[in-house]
Amino acid sequence: MEGDIVQMGAYIGAGLACTGMGGAAVGVGHVVGNFILGALRNPSAAAGQTATMFIGIAFAEALGIFSFLVALLLMFAV
Amino acid sequence: MAETTEAEGLVFHPMDQFIVKPLFGGETIAWFTPTNVTLWMAVAVLCIVLLFVIGTGRRAVVPGRMQSVAELGYSFIRKMVEDVAGHDGLKYFPYVLTLFLFIVFSNFLGLIPGAFTTTSHIAVTAVMAILVFVTVTVIGFVRNGAGFLSLFWISAAPLPLRPILALIEIISYFVRPVSHSIRLAGNMMAGHAVIKVFAAFAPLILFSGIGILVTPLAILAIVAMYALETLVCFIQAYVFSILTCVYLRDALHPHH
Repeated sequence: MEGDIVQMGAYIGAGLACTGMGGAAVGVGHVVGNFILGALRNPSAAAGQTATMFIGIAFAEALGIFSFLVALLLMFAV
Repeated sequence: MAETTEAEGLVFHPMDQFIVKPLFGGETIAWFTPTNVTLWMAVAVLCIVLLFVIGTGRRAVVPGRMQSVAELGYSFIRKMVEDVAGHDGLKYFPYVLTLFLFIVFSNFLGLIPGAFTTTSHIAVTAVMAILVFVTVTVIGFVRNGAGFLSLFWISAAPLPLRPILALIEIISYFVRPVSHSIRLAGNMMAGHAVIKVFAAFAPLILFSGIGILVTPLAILAIVAMYALETLVCFIQAYVFSILTCVYLRDALHPHH
């Protein structure tokens, strides 16, 4: 019985951890959306800034991946 | 997780594809045991060597297909290193190119059905990320001496804020290898697991009536996820190498 409750808690926690990915989705969308907004206003400068956009995406996305990792740890390691 | 009936023996777990297995049978894995990870790493290295040896072998003025791809990859990464890390960062261009090629080939080879994605294991990516971290730190101290520490002491900020900022900067500096490795491994693992989850729904048509609706949707979803994964595989290799360049720039020019 006690083990079941622990496992239930782990699964609920894994599900809750996945909500963090929504935050990463908002972040990545924000980065790319603002990049396109700026790129449409000044298309000639856009090509030089794609690398910066990808760095921004990477940083925003890393935190979502952390929550995915927490979910995986709760599912398989705890 | 798998939606197929157990009696038919089609049940598989989405994470089963990431199990490290010894190549020649047996159960125990020692450090010298050839496993499927070893095999696919070797295949990746072999592909890179073949691409660049055959591609640059003829050195034609009008490049053929292989030579075009090799030249494209070379000049793409070279331009990226020069843009991001600066002109004196070009000294470390071979290192970045090696990292990029290994990651991009491991990722793409992992997309072959039945293949093993070596970069989906944190053990593999952590080695690369820690190596980048150590290399960059050593370069920073060798090139700038104690001046490298000015990376953490932001002189543009007001004086009372600087100790707090220094603390944040130091924490973010030491989190770098963690996020660097987990980003790549997590992306690879998540994408492949999603494909496998849809693949578990696909044979439902064999077992129940609802499968007529579910199976075509699942197959479409697999195709769509596969296309997305092809994109992600390249972008993650690109992101890994561009972040290496960003860290190199910090090491070469710590003064903001």
